Amino acid sequence: MKRTVLVAVALVLAIGIYRLGIRPAPSRRGSLVGTPPGAVHSVAPGFVLQDLDGQSLDLSNYRGKVVLLNFWATWCAPCRGEVPHFIDLQNRYRAQGFQVIGISMDDGPKPVRDFYREFKMNYPVALGTEKVAESYGGVLGLPINFLLDRDGRIVAKHVGEVDMAVVEQQIQTLLQAK
Amino acid sequence: MGLAIGLGKRNPMKILAKFALSLALCFVVITSALAQSELAPGSAQLINPEDLVKLVQAPQGERPLILNVGPSLLYMQAHIPGSEYIGAGSDSQGIASLRRRVKALPHNTFIVLYCGCCPWSHCPNVRPAYNELHKAGFTNVKVLYIADNFGTDWVDKGYPTIKGQ
Repeated sequence: MKRTVLVAVALVLAIGIYRLGIRPAPSRRGSLVGTPPGAVHSVAPGFVLQDLDGQSLDLSNYRGKVVLLNFWATWCAPCRGEVPHFIDLQNRYRAQGFQVIGISMDDGPKPVRDFYREFKMNYPVALGTEKVAESYGGVLGLPINFLLDRDGRIVAKHVGEVDMAVVEQQIQTLLQAK
Repeated sequence: MGLAIGLGKRNPMKILAKFALSLALCFVVITSALAQSELAPGSAQLINPEDLVKLVQAPQGERPLILNVGPSLLYMQAHIPGSEYIGAGSDSQGIASLRRRVKALPHNTFIVLYCGCCPWSHCPNVRPAYNELHKAGFTNVKVLYIADNFGTDWVDKGYPTIKGQ
């Protein structure tokens, strides 16, 4: 009995020591990066992509709105974490002219459609292409978010999971700008 | 009280030695098991980008078979020259493709797996791929440690890339 207790204590201690040794790699959150192409202050590259219903999604149709362009994928955990916040932002700022557009980097539409339904997403999602990704400077890691002003100019580029407080502040500033 | 009586009957040094032995044994077993599944930063199964670049660019020496187990849209934009696209490690088709690719290889083949889709702790692809090769008996497998993503930790550092399939 005592031997069992000793082994159990040893097991717990060993797990504790091991876990203490693990430090998850730091991830960059919400860093502002300005590198061409797709650079901050440049005009956002235009595109026409297919949305989940097979309809065309043309970025130029959103000129006049503040746009959050979200490159994401269903297999990307930080991306999934952002989605509920984007749904919330879309709800709260839609009337002022704010629009989230999702560009999925998934390999096919099926998981995106399933995810869209499950999370009750309230903004359009298009299927990304290599060409569009490259026109934005390359999407070589997710998530990446671009914030565009009403003139279609890139105002901010967030590589990695965004700091929602920062991006909301930026959205508010852009919505108020004339 | 019960413990005091028990200790009185036994040699405390023996008990302490047994406890230490149990602790060491558990530590070794748990550490090795978890290191395989979690690929903790700094563990021996990982290879850093700068070390892989040196290996790839070395005029002589063993060249690893570099397999990309990430999403195809990212691979097509930029990948390590000489690497082969396998399919996402998080996907059953990707794992099946990995099995097929390594089926005829000797188990001591030097293989480097990589993805770089997202921050290391969140990558859904490298762990299943590594575990599959480990399960299949491959003994010389490394995983490229990409802390943030392939863009930041490889492309932005000026390491060689090519695009396309």
